[in-house]
Order: sequence, then C-alpha cells, then structure tokens
Amino acid sequence: MGDKSSVKEPRGWKSLPLGALPYRLSLDYKTGDWRALKPVIDYGKCVNCMLCWLYCPDSAILWDGKKVFMNYDYCKGCGICSDVCPTKAIKMVPEGE
Amino acid sequence: MLEIRWHGRGGQGVWTASNLLAVAAMIDGKHVQSFPAFGPERSGAPLMAFTRISDEPIEIHSMIYEPDVVVVLDPTLLGTSNVTEGLKKGGTLVINFSGSPEELLKALNIRKGEFRVFYVQATKLAMDILGRPIMNTAMVGALLKAQPLASEKAVEEAVRMRFGGKLAELNTQLIKKALEETKEV
Amino acid sequence: MIPKVPLDKQIKKAVNGDEATAYAAKQSLVDVVAAYPITPQTIIVEKFSEFVANGEVYTEFVPVESEHSAMSAVIGAAAAGARAFTATASQGLALMLENLYIASALRLPLVLVVANRALSAPINIHCDHSDAMMMRDAGWVQIFAENTQEAYDTTIQAFKIAEDPEVQLPVAVNLDGFILSHTLEDIYMLPDEEVQKFLGGYRKPVKTYVDYLGKEVEVKLDPSNPISIGPLDLYDYYFEHKVPQAVAMEKVKEVVKRVNEEWFELSGRKYGDGVIDAWGVEDADVVVAVLGSTSGTVRYVAKELRKEGKKVGVLRIRLFRPFPFDEVRDLLKEVKVVGVMDRALSFGSFGPSFLEISTALQGIRNSPLMVNYIYGLGGRDVPPSHVKQVFNELEEIMKSGEVGKRLRFLGVRER
Repeated sequence: MGDKSSVKEPRGWKSLPLGALPYRLSLDYKTGDWRALKPVIDYGKCVNCMLCWLYCPDSAILWDGKKVFMNYDYCKGCGICSDVCPTKAIKMVPEGE
Repeated sequence: MLEIRWHGRGGQGVWTASNLLAVAAMIDGKHVQSFPAFGPERSGAPLMAFTRISDEPIEIHSMIYEPDVVVVLDPTLLGTSNVTEGLKKGGTLVINFSGSPEELLKALNIRKGEFRVFYVQATKLAMDILGRPIMNTAMVGALLKAQPLASEKAVEEAVRMRFGGKLAELNTQLIKKALEETKEV
Repeated sequence: MIPKVPLDKQIKKAVNGDEATAYAAKQSLVDVVAAYPITPQTIIVEKFSEFVANGEVYTEFVPVESEHSAMSAVIGAAAAGARAFTATASQGLALMLENLYIASALRLPLVLVVANRALSAPINIHCDHSDAMMMRDAGWVQIFAENTQEAYDTTIQAFKIAEDPEVQLPVAVNLDGFILSHTLEDIYMLPDEEVQKFLGGYRKPVKTYVDYLGKEVEVKLDPSNPISIGPLDLYDYYFEHKVPQAVAMEKVKEVVKRVNEEWFELSGRKYGDGVIDAWGVEDADVVVAVLGSTSGTVRYVAKELRKEGKKVGVLRIRLFRPFPFDEVRDLLKEVKVVGVMDRALSFGSFGPSFLEISTALQGIRNSPLMVNYIYGLGGRDVPPSHVKQVFNELEEIMKSGEVGKRLRFLGVRER
C-alpha cells in the first residue's frame, strides 16, 4: 500500500493511471497534523453508544470490539464527536497538553 | 430535383401531407426531403411545408424559394398569402377550391396559361369521407393528378404506414376520389 | 466496392435527424439514457422513451429534472462502466457545461447528441452553432453531421470513437436544429446485429494499473476493486492530470479516420476521410469552409459554379475537436482565397472556425487571403443566392488582392 518513494519524487503524467485517478490512497495523507484541539475519551463516562464512531467525518474513530478509540493519524480535531456524545465523555483539549 | 411548397393552416396536416408524399416517393426509389417552415405551430395560423424529390441524393438544405409545384390546402389563404411567389415559370398550382375556373384565376391574380392550375373541392370531399375538414390527403391525391410525383401504390403504402386501420382506408379512399375529381383550368 | 451489408440488406426509412440519432442509440446497446427534453432535441427523448416503454431496449431511462442532472447521471453511469447516452440543445447544453468538463477529465466515453440551437437572448429555438462552440474547450470530441443519414451513422460511430482504448473521451454529435433534427430524409439503417458487432457488443471499460490495489483494474466504480474517481488535486497533480487529456485528443483524428473506413466497409458510406469532407478543393482558386448542413447548400452552389468554369471548392469540417490542423493546411495551402462561414461568433473576435483555420495556415508562405462570414444566427436561412454572393465576393478578393473587411455578416439587414 502506498508508494513512499514517490512522495519524495512526485510522478509525471506518463505514469499516472487513466482518468483523474489518484495513484495513492488517501490513507497516505496523514491529516492528523492539521489538529489544534484533540478529542480525549473518558472511558469512565463512555457508554459505547458509538454515536461518535458514526458521526466522525474522517472515519478516525474506530471500534475494536469492546470500545471506541481515536486514530490520531487522521483526526483533524473538528470536535463533532465531542458535540454528539450524549454523556459528555469526549473532551477537546489543546494539542500538546 | 423537384421542389414542392405546401400552404395550409396549423391543424390541417400540411406537414403530414409533405411527409406522405416524401415517404411515397422514397418507396418509389427517390431521394426525398420534407420539412415545415419551422416555427411555433399554432392551430389556424398560416404555415408552409416543403418537399424535395430527386433521383440524386439531395445536398441542399435551405428552404424552397423557387418551387416547381405549389399546393394550397386552404382556399382562404388565397386572399392572404402570395402563394405564387417564386413559382417557376410554367410551374404547377394545385388548389383546394370550390368556385369556377375564372374565379380561381382571379383569386390567384394570374392569367390563364401562366401556370398549370389544378383544382379540387377538397374540403367537401374530406367532410364527405372523413367527416372532418382535414384536407391533406385529398390534396396529395389532387397533386398526383397534376403531376405523378409518386405512384398511387406507394402513396397508399405511405398512408397505411402513417395512419393504419380504418383511418388509412378512409384516407386512401379520399385520395382516390380527389384524384378523380381534380380538374385543370 | 460492395459493402459487407449491401443496400438491399439495410433498412430504408424516412426519418428526421432526431429520430435517426434515437434509432442509432437504440441499436448501440446503450445501458443508460438520462435526458431532459428541449427543442429541437425533444424528438430524440420522446422516441427513446417510446423504445423503453415498448420494451424494445434494455436501457435504463432516467427522466431527470434538468440537463445538469442529465449530464451528472450519465457521468455516474459511465463511471460505473455503463454505455451512456444523452442529448440536448442550447440552454440545456449551457446548463450541462460544468459537468461537460468533468466528463472529459474523468475520461468517460459518453455520447451526447446536440441538436444545435441558438443561445438566448433573445429567446430563439432555431439553428446556429453558438451552443456547440460554447463547449469547444470542454475536452469533448465534436463532430458535425451534414444530413440525416450522417447523423445516424455518426451517432453509432461516436460510441466506437469514444470507447477506443487510445481515446476514452466523450463525443458530441452535432446536427443542425430543425434543418436536420426535424427534416424527414430517406436513410439507410443497418440491421441491429451489424451495429452491435461493429461496436463489439456492450461497452467494456478499459483497464489501468492502480498502485494501491497492486494490479490492473477496469476503470469503473466497482466495490470489489475500489477506486476514487476525480478527487482533489492541488497544484501538485492537477496539471499532470490535465496533460493526458491533451495527449488523448492527439489520437482522436486517426481513430475517427479508421472508424470512417470501417463504417465504409460495413455500410458503403463514408464522409471524406472522416475529419474533412472536401469537394473540388484540389485545383480550386477559392474555397468556402463550413460546418454542418449548410455544407450541402454550399456544395450545391459550387457544383453550379464549376459548370460555369469557376474554380471553386468546399471544405466541410466534420471533426471540429480535435481540429484537423494538418489536413486543413495541406488542402488549403495552394488556394488563393478562403471564405470561412461560421454559424457562431466569438464576440470581440471572429467566428470559431475562422480562428482555427487561421491557425492552421499560420506560417505558410503566400498563405491564402481569408475572410470570415458569420451566417444563419438564430436559424436565418441560407438560400443558394447568399452562398453565390459569398463565392462572388471571394472571387473579387482574388482579383483585387484586397481583403477589405475580414468579418462580414451574411444575410443580415442593415440600416
């Protein structure tokens, strides 16, 4: 998955797939570093309703079979999860704290 | 190439008449073109249609300005439209008309012998046979008398393709009757 | 040469141009048609929905709420691997415009029939080429038909051209509104199975190598081989994604010529070399260049003038995009005066064909004198007398060597 070398040396038009197809997956673009505020889950309050998992626009909240957890590689810190959480279990904290 | 201009009013089947003749001529192996003078179609408004019939493929795609034949479906147009406009010298006029030959020449504002003029009481025939004042097929019959631009057999086939069933039968009857009754001035 | 399907095996029919293209689409195994009716294209949509209602086709017909949606729907269908078709005119094409650029950039082999009609204002339903010329930069292949027969033939050819692995671009088939769309002419149609054989059956999407899947996959939205089509590119890749469109265009001319020949072998009909249909140009002093149905009228007049000993020729441009620059240059380089008739005007400039032909003749020593006639806007008829006037004026220019006014309006009232 993903051709890391080509990140450094971008491809020319001759080696792109047909029809405005990107040759890399969007997974290669780690958008987590756009984040200013970071969602943190208080598992003491979490009731596993999975609303945050459903609402996350970047599919950055995952489910491991027992609980939800954040994939900070892709979380842009939009705060929707925190907003929809019915038990206020997700806090948005400044990055680096 | 022969060029025919049809005059009528919206709802009288002017374009259909042109199409019937074109389809019949095609069945006879000719190249054809049939089109209306384009515009919003309003019932009762004067309108024209055009037919081209040729042994060669037809290249020209303009309207017809110097027809060989002019067919008038509605006699009330004689007072309002200049139906002889552009008609070739010695060309043919086929008119739906119920008056005398003298009256017809007067209505057309032409001298005897200037054009070949044919007439038939198409409205009466259409009322007798179809029960409706739709004169297009009658005038196709009259045109066949004036100038055999398509065989009767091909015209019948074209009528069957267009109408089907009882209506095709009546229109075929109407065409035959009009062909019989059409007279030259 | 006897065609593979001789004329007595073809179906002779008297149809108008709209019906002709509807029949062509019907025979071309189209999977999806999404369209919105607009004069003078309406008959195409009516006729095709009739085929659907009668169960004569397996096509999914989507009666959309606008032309924007029509183009969006066929883009979606083609992206899913379908053969898709739509038709429009004038304002409808204007409403499609932003999606036209998307269709070509995504390399979707759609076919669009445009029944050419003037653009508002004033509101007008009649023929000119303003609508087609509005999309000339949209990355579509554009072909102009001269008559009803060619409209039928070209619509079938369009699928073959669009789906050629080297091309993979959408194709617009132009026929003059009313003059062709509503004019009944006698045409020959091929039997269904011959058309289907010609096109190789249903559409087969081409394959491309996708790195993250590690294999070649068909370029289509397929859950078992998921790909994204046309997502965001910034200045890092947008340019690289546009160049292949230009390169694909370079391949189109040869494909159009080849398809023209293949069609000739099959049906006995061909249109010049496919890109240009020239008449009498080889030894001509003056030539009129023109698109669409007016070409027939110009040729009709040129043939009369030839009988009078005048060395006149007609250059009908069949393929407008990509523009056949080399062919035009070769045909016109010895000509003394070229009159270019345009049924559209780029306000503040010249007619679109005039600009292209000027570019084609750029850099030739003693290149022909050129004059541009804007004609037939809003359906203004072009009788043979107007064409004669053009040839007369070209002859005068040849004699005097003076072009005078380069932009002229033909058949318009002054004062």
